Amino acid sequence: METVFTRTPTLKDCATHYCPGCGHGIAHRLLAETIDELQIAPKTIGIAPVGCAVLAYDYLDVDMIEVAHGRAPAVATGIKRTNPDKIVFSYQGDGDLAAIGTAEIIHAAHRAEQLTVIFINNAIFGMTGGQMAPTTVLGQVTATSQQGRKAIGQGYPLQISELLAILPGTVYVERCALSSVAQIKKAKKAIKHAFELQIGGANGLSLVELLSPCPTYWRMTPVKAMQWIENEMTKVFPLGCLKNNQ
Amino acid sequence: MSEKKLICGNEAMAEAAIIAGLDAYFGYPITPQNEVTAYMSRRMPELDRVFVQCESELAAVNMVYGAVATGKRAMTSSSSPGISLMQEGISYLAGAELPAVIVNVMRGGPGLGNIAPSQADYFQATRGGGHGDYRTIVLAPANVQELADFMSLAFDLADQYRITVMVLADGILGQMMEPVILEKKEQRKLPPKDWALTGAKDRKQNIVRSLWLKDGVLEEINRKLQKKYKEIQKKEILCEEYEIENAEIIVVAYGIAARIAKGTVDKAKKEGIKVGLIRPITLWPFPAEQINRAADKAKVFLTVELSCGQMVEDVKLAVAGKAPVEFYGRSGGGVPSDGEIMKEIKQLAAKR
Ligand SMILES: Cc1ncc(C[n+]2csc(CCOP(=O)(O)OP(=O)(O)O)c2C)c(N)n1
Ligand code: SF4
Ligand SMILES: [Mg+2]
Repeated sequence: METVFTRTPTLKDCATHYCPGCGHGIAHRLLAETIDELQIAPKTIGIAPVGCAVLAYDYLDVDMIEVAHGRAPAVATGIKRTNPDKIVFSYQGDGDLAAIGTAEIIHAAHRAEQLTVIFINNAIFGMTGGQMAPTTVLGQVTATSQQGRKAIGQGYPLQISELLAILPGTVYVERCALSSVAQIKKAKKAIKHAFELQIGGANGLSLVELLSPCPTYWRMTPVKAMQWIENEMTKVFPLGCLKNNQ
Repeated sequence: MSEKKLICGNEAMAEAAIIAGLDAYFGYPITPQNEVTAYMSRRMPELDRVFVQCESELAAVNMVYGAVATGKRAMTSSSSPGISLMQEGISYLAGAELPAVIVNVMRGGPGLGNIAPSQADYFQATRGGGHGDYRTIVLAPANVQELADFMSLAFDLADQYRITVMVLADGILGQMMEPVILEKKEQRKLPPKDWALTGAKDRKQNIVRSLWLKDGVLEEINRKLQKKYKEIQKKEILCEEYEIENAEIIVVAYGIAARIAKGTVDKAKKEGIKVGLIRPITLWPFPAEQINRAADKAKVFLTVELSCGQMVEDVKLAVAGKAPVEFYGRSGGGVPSDGEIMKEIKQLAAKR
């Protein structure tokens, strides 16, 4: 029989702790495929965030480091500057990147660090139990916006990728969604492009934002969560390439 | 190479770190240590090494965290408010057992305080200002030569024990110019960094982490850390004992306070007062045994600090009730003068 689909070597052969229908697992798979297709596993150093993906090193078979909440871009800077021959990526949630770590990501981009950032936007703090994130959309009910997020008092959803795209230090910023086979394929292409830029020595930061389902704290079935991304989330976070310098 | 150079403490420390094999410096300007950042910004690129002016001390300590995780020698320096901001990172460095060097050129606090010299970060440095059960080694130089010499020691200790070493200086030491010899020291025999993130080529993946969720694992790891700390306490204490042989009064002071007090001790001795000095050089591990031994003979201890009294608590613990422990200190930028210390010594002598 012909094998048409296998596990990609950089994705370890183990069960994950992610909830059913969670987007993190899909993102890990795309990341691992990219690393294997580009044959960079032996020279890749990855950074796990504080968030549901904190144990990313249990699934991705490359050298990895766990860091304080939000500090991944600073740690990545320390790694890449001292090891310019390595491929360095950070994997960060929306709380990690767009709340507590806003300064670090803005300044890593501003310094044009040669890094690749995989940014998982699930419009929620998953790990701590479903609280409002900077990316939570207006009206969205969370543990800390129980009447639905209101702009006045709780702020507007933060479009941090748009913010990053205007900085001269970013070479590539694209927003994709893990909401359907077609979108996932686009996401894979974007991730691969972001890594290729770093491998090619592009002079700046490449970032791929992935709109990612969190069925557990959106209180939806996995299928409904996918639909909610396409019908609601993309209104606030439109898909597409925000910047591509190369 | 071993010719004397007249140079300020901050620059001497910076060059000494470079000689000790510093691969990367990350920093954010703050007085009174700005000479370090400026010096590094010039020298490191000259040598093809890494210098980054960071957006904050939070970023600086995390860049150090990243660089040392790959096996490189990296450091940051700052002054009190910046060191406060680094405490999260120091706790993570401890949890992940990474070797880092951090210099604190202390200034007056709390809050923004002032930019005058101070020793008020003793508690923060020796107790660990971050969360969790951990320790950092703390070295306290008393002159510019020591400030320079302690950089290679700091990197060696950090690498040997996979620990953060803090060099605790103050505004006077940082700013003061003195003739110093800057030369390469013989490196200790150090263990290989087989844990470092160098890319998983022909080996299994390396993971640097401090999260241990499984029942009992963190307790086990913390026990291992404590074992390491015990070993450091056994092997790495440094302390200067000066004229304590027949001393009835023993002054205990570190850093710049010890430097001042030493002069006073000499003067007091000339006046016939039986006084000596103990200068802790490692503040952690603290030379408790040396002080306790001295307490068998001494009648009274006088702790002198540029603070409202912090190390004095460790001195009391060390003396363990064998003798009274008095304190004299100035804070908020005040520096105890030779005359002020003499007055305290004479008062204690008069009571005997
Ligand atoms: C300094 C600090 N503050 C708060 C926390 C608690 N905390 C852990 S994860 C998290 C939010 C994670 O949300 P996100 O980054 O969106 O990741 P997700 O779990 O949604 O993937 C918070 C607030 C922490 N670990 N450290
Ligand atoms: S809480 Fe949400 S983000 Fe976290 S694992 Fe579950 S589905 Fe995924
Ligand atoms: Mg999230």
